[in-house]
Amino acid sequence: MNNTQSRRDFFKIAGTVSGGLMLGFNWNANAGKNSQINTLSEGLIDFNSYLSIEPNGKVIIFSPNPEIGQGIKTAFPLIVAEELDVDWKDVEVRQANLDTKKFERQLTGGSGAIKHSWERLRKAGATAKHMLTEAAANKWAVPMTECKAEKGFVMHTSGKRLSYGELASDASKLKAPEKVELKNSKDFKLIGKYFSGVDNKDLLVGKPLFGIDYKVPGMVHAQIQRPPSFGMKLKSFDGTEAKKMPGIIDVVSFGDKVAIVGKSTWEIMNARKVLKVEYSNNTGLESTESHNKTFSELMDKKEAEMRRKDGDIEVAFKSAAKIIEAEYQCPFVPHNAMEPMNFFADAKSDSVRLVGPTQTPQNAQNQIAKLLNIPADKITLELTKMGGGFGRRLNNDYALEAAELSSIIKTPVKVTWSREDDMTAGIYRPAVRYKFKASLDKEGNMTGYYLKGVGMNAGNSTRQDNFPACAVENLLIESIDYKSPITTGPWRAPITNFLAYAEQAFLDEVAQAAGKDPIKFRLELFEKAKTKPVGKLTYEPDRFITAIKMVAEKAGWGKKKKKTAQGFAVYFSHLSYVAQIAEMEKVKGVPTIKKVYAVTDCGIVINQSGAKNQIYGAVVDGIGTSMYGNLTFANGAPQETNYDKYRLIRFNEIPEVEAHFVDNGIDPTGLGEPALPPTGGAIANAYAKLTGKRFYKQPFIYEDSKVTAIS
Amino acid sequence: MEKIQLNVNGVKRSVEVDPNTPLLWVLREHLDLVGTKYGCGIAQCGACTVHINGVATRTCVLPISAVGDSKITTIEGLSKNGDHPVQQAWEEVDVAQCGYCQAGQIMTASAMLANNPRPSDKEISQNMSGHICRCGTYHRIEQAIKLASEKMQNK
Repeated sequence: MNNTQSRRDFFKIAGTVSGGLMLGFNWNANAGKNSQINTLSEGLIDFNSYLSIEPNGKVIIFSPNPEIGQGIKTAFPLIVAEELDVDWKDVEVRQANLDTKKFERQLTGGSGAIKHSWERLRKAGATAKHMLTEAAANKWAVPMTECKAEKGFVMHTSGKRLSYGELASDASKLKAPEKVELKNSKDFKLIGKYFSGVDNKDLLVGKPLFGIDYKVPGMVHAQIQRPPSFGMKLKSFDGTEAKKMPGIIDVVSFGDKVAIVGKSTWEIMNARKVLKVEYSNNTGLESTESHNKTFSELMDKKEAEMRRKDGDIEVAFKSAAKIIEAEYQCPFVPHNAMEPMNFFADAKSDSVRLVGPTQTPQNAQNQIAKLLNIPADKITLELTKMGGGFGRRLNNDYALEAAELSSIIKTPVKVTWSREDDMTAGIYRPAVRYKFKASLDKEGNMTGYYLKGVGMNAGNSTRQDNFPACAVENLLIESIDYKSPITTGPWRAPITNFLAYAEQAFLDEVAQAAGKDPIKFRLELFEKAKTKPVGKLTYEPDRFITAIKMVAEKAGWGKKKKKTAQGFAVYFSHLSYVAQIAEMEKVKGVPTIKKVYAVTDCGIVINQSGAKNQIYGAVVDGIGTSMYGNLTFANGAPQETNYDKYRLIRFNEIPEVEAHFVDNGIDPTGLGEPALPPTGGAIANAYAKLTGKRFYKQPFIYEDSKVTAIS
Repeated sequence: MEKIQLNVNGVKRSVEVDPNTPLLWVLREHLDLVGTKYGCGIAQCGACTVHINGVATRTCVLPISAVGDSKITTIEGLSKNGDHPVQQAWEEVDVAQCGYCQAGQIMTASAMLANNPRPSDKEISQNMSGHICRCGTYHRIEQAIKLASEKMQNK
């Protein structure tokens, strides 16, 4: 990986006001040539660039992407620092605000940031290092080849050395190189080591980092009453009593919403209790019961959207030695980010200032520009740390509300949702039902595979080109989407967070019917995909195979004592491969999850600490959501509105988790999501091995109220 | 509205609020001590935990009138320089992902260790299971508590 990279016109160089080097990306790929920037006109704060080196040697790296707990604010700067060759303790990381001119893809979602930015970040560091080295060579009047940069210094073969800080000013006057050398991965000093998160110091002493902590003089607070049921509309409201309550400033309405504006959140919460609101359309509201009926009707319906067709599934089924069929279903679930939705907005007639947690700041800017008819470049957005996202903060409904409210009351306002608001206002993981049918020939080979997905506002509830596509001659995948008034959206590993469980549990059943070991059965399929793929491959069978073999070895597959039942699952999502084995035992007669092994191939691991943490967390989330996650509906209203009724996995319910990574030197891919999808399947398959029974519905505790992860 | 005296992080503070106001909101919105977090408002998640006379207490359901002159310690006052063994352990182990619940977790862990510097696995589990970490950092919370316990004994 010792590449020489060309510059591609996306560097800008400037000196800082204090005389250091500043290096920024012009993230806009279509933008013009490399340009010198007047050192006086653009200071450190205004320029908001990517990387700056101060005369004292301090390196400031701006992290453009929103941090929701996935560790990007630590991982990205580590990549820059690696190529720059600087001591990590001299690096200060700052969160960049939304800046569509300086950055592109300034969003967090789809586990895509690291793949997108890997090369750009490396070049940023390498370019700065090159210029610092050149500045030193010029100063000493020696060839650059006699100079070497390391740990914040440029050294000459004679033993002379200058610090990056001393060289920064001269380096800033040089032109950016056309080509820079990137390191060979074996020479990495930072990448792949263990680093504590850059926000830890501030976080652990309670500094105001989150959107909900934001406050400015003159700001008022607000909460918003939304229709209690999906499908209801606001008819009328009477805020007379609420307005008389202490601390209440105003009660205003927009859309189907009624906002209470006040001096403090607690006073607003009290005033909500006396707010009178009437809603219309109380008929035809949906319930979990009606959803189940809808699922059954649509599953039986012949017409569906065809997603993929290989061979002839009917012929395969007719000539089959064995047919296996099963249906799987999951409920709606909320995201449950621990920091409830909130946003600050100060809307003026010709500009808006926004501060808060969002995974998609540019969307927020554009949507608010449209909503308030204010040019996007008059809307600023300051990104805060986020108390979780899980996909919820991809949707900016709560930011739009704050902006609209501020424009109505003409006052800076922070809208803070209550937990109940957060859980009842929607944008849930959609409820989905899947039907699978597979055929086996006499040798136990899978000859046909059929999948139909029915989702509630799920869009395409299948991933038709994922495995087992390409590994089966005859395959048909179709879907039906039901339009429900219940709002849905991406939830950590969208669609695959449940599809992976259903598919991996089903394949376990098929392997059993074929009389084959579940891992051997999978490996045969991947071998087929590798040697004789049916159609164009969208995954790499070899990477699947390596992860599978490694997890089998780590967990001692098939070598455990009889009382330990092992369940296997593997999944490819967001360009990373994760194989897992769950172990269950009966403890005092109760099926109990004891351990989960996870082997992940996400290419090069940037930060061992952050990466392992993502795996632990995703496995815990995968267990919790499959075991307990359930949002039910009656009369269009969610029934579990807070954590007394909605169960989230807790400390005493987690099994041991062992996380391993495949070390293959491939460019890194995402890690925030990929480890969650296989977990449910691994557990369900271990449970089947232990008890002989299979789970077909989430949450699992509804099928076996005793099953537990309490160790 | 009532004028109420509080003893927060060793400092006498005075606020004028409805005596029914939960301590959480007084800390966050009247005293600007925002390290203590709102999570559920019904004492289920533990994000709002502080020490009251050394005891880990949920503040989202605790009316300010019930606090009296008890000593309140928040995450901001757990140590002078952020170097309480629990804080140190949390950084070394790199517990946090999003970090939102961690102040509450730390307050419960530090109260437990003050009373019981060498808790058993079961005692750790009993104490910490009242908290929700949506990111699922429980493994590292356990690891950090054990490290903090070691640090306290080596002091």
